[in-house]
Amino acid sequence: MGLLDAIMGRRKQVRPNLDALFAVPTAALTLRTAAGFEPTGVGSVCYRATEGAAFADVQGDVQRLLDADGGPKVEKSVDDFGFTWLVCRHDAADVSGLVTELHAVNRALEDSGFGQQLLCSLVGFEHEDGRRLGLVYLYKRGTFYPFAPAAGPGPSQQRDNALELQIRGTLAGDLQVESDLSRWLAIWGAPGL
Amino acid sequence: MTDLLAWGHPVPIGDGNKSVHWCVLVDTAGEAAAARETISQVASRFIKDRGLSARMTGVMALMAVLYLGFMALLISRGVSSVVVIVVAGGFAVGQWYFSDKVALAAMRAREVSPQQAPELHGMIDRLVAMADMPKPRVYVADMDMPNAFATGRSPQHSAVCVTTGILRRIDAEELEGVLAHELSHVAHRDVAVMTIASFLGVLAGLITRWGLVFGGDRNNNGGGVPFLVIWLVSIAVAAISFVLTRVLSRYRELCADRSGAYLTGKPSELASALTKISGEMARIPTRDLRSHDSMNAFFIAPALKGASLNSLLATHPPLEQRLDQLAKISAELGRPM
Repeated sequence: MGLLDAIMGRRKQVRPNLDALFAVPTAALTLRTAAGFEPTGVGSVCYRATEGAAFADVQGDVQRLLDADGGPKVEKSVDDFGFTWLVCRHDAADVSGLVTELHAVNRALEDSGFGQQLLCSLVGFEHEDGRRLGLVYLYKRGTFYPFAPAAGPGPSQQRDNALELQIRGTLAGDLQVESDLSRWLAIWGAPGL
Repeated sequence: MTDLLAWGHPVPIGDGNKSVHWCVLVDTAGEAAAARETISQVASRFIKDRGLSARMTGVMALMAVLYLGFMALLISRGVSSVVVIVVAGGFAVGQWYFSDKVALAAMRAREVSPQQAPELHGMIDRLVAMADMPKPRVYVADMDMPNAFATGRSPQHSAVCVTTGILRRIDAEELEGVLAHELSHVAHRDVAVMTIASFLGVLAGLITRWGLVFGGDRNNNGGGVPFLVIWLVSIAVAAISFVLTRVLSRYRELCADRSGAYLTGKPSELASALTKISGEMARIPTRDLRSHDSMNAFFIAPALKGASLNSLLATHPPLEQRLDQLAKISAELGRPM
């Protein structure tokens, strides 16, 4: 935020770097070998739908495009905060294919001028002991962070911070991990996790 | 006043229709430029309001001229004036530095933790992630007046406060629009900007009020400008800077509306919230509201009753002007690309 932006009462538009998403398949390999987490084959993109017909059109186009490949259909859901999640399902072994789909959703919104509406993209992982992990790409920061809900009974909203910090160390060489821990947004009940 | 503010264009303040027409002309040119940029850069639906930016720059330039002129006059008077400047500067710095504590204490607001207000915190978490800014502290004030405000000396030391009245009256999406407006104030550093802008008025006001005290020692200086001149100029400067501060405040509100609307992508929800709040405010007795007068500048809608107040001196733009702007953004978002 520059001085001029402050004076003029505006905010700097981010320069997103979607290509960072293509580092996820390598990170998935590292997660498997170093931490025992397997990809679930489910990923999702979270964004804030705007009002008006234009956004609905773009969203419809994206869904049609992704459904055209004959695989599992893309699921759309709206969470408690009014954010839309598009969930893509893919063969668990094919992380690159999943990432390509997530990239396509991000790119389509960006190209139609709605890039600022994107919040994050999520790739799901699971340990054989049942622990779950989401690798989250923050669109506005261009960085990744791990989100791990603590396993336990009931809807207690606790994060497994130890696991998240462990994963941060594991992935440091493969991805740009968000260094500011306060930006590690909790996404409880995110579809695809 | 109008001519000065319109920066040479025939745009009276508060005249929604004319300024909208004028802005449309300017934006068309802006869009063409934006379309050319799109080829090499990222597409965006964000329309720049060059008219608003130009008018705001105009007001700030006027303030700077007034500021420099007045300072030169004071400094030419010698040591006692420098003391006044330092004292007033100290007040301004203190006011800016402690803005959050003062404002929150005045509103008797209490900080709420994510456990106490999970929905409110969750909503703000999402908005700051969308806006890519640090999360402010979250406060709730127990009062029936439906309102919200943001304060704090920098985005890193900021707080957002909502009243229980607003939580009761508007729904989640409208509240999100209101919070996005307040977060935009934080991102734009409006507390700092408005403190700097009002500094001159504070200084001139001090001299006007303490005129007799400072006037007493004028003969000791010999030469220089007679104190009576300083005193009269101070009165004029105080009045002009008061009006300019209010004009700037209204522009900052429009900027925050714009940014907030783009942040949530739902300008109509903010418009709906503004309509509700303004309608509710008009029904609330004046006596309760007067005590919060000093807080008006940072509220989302001014706590003053009715439209009787001269629009030139209002801290916030008229509701119609704000709704007009939001409607324009809504149309732009819905336009097929």
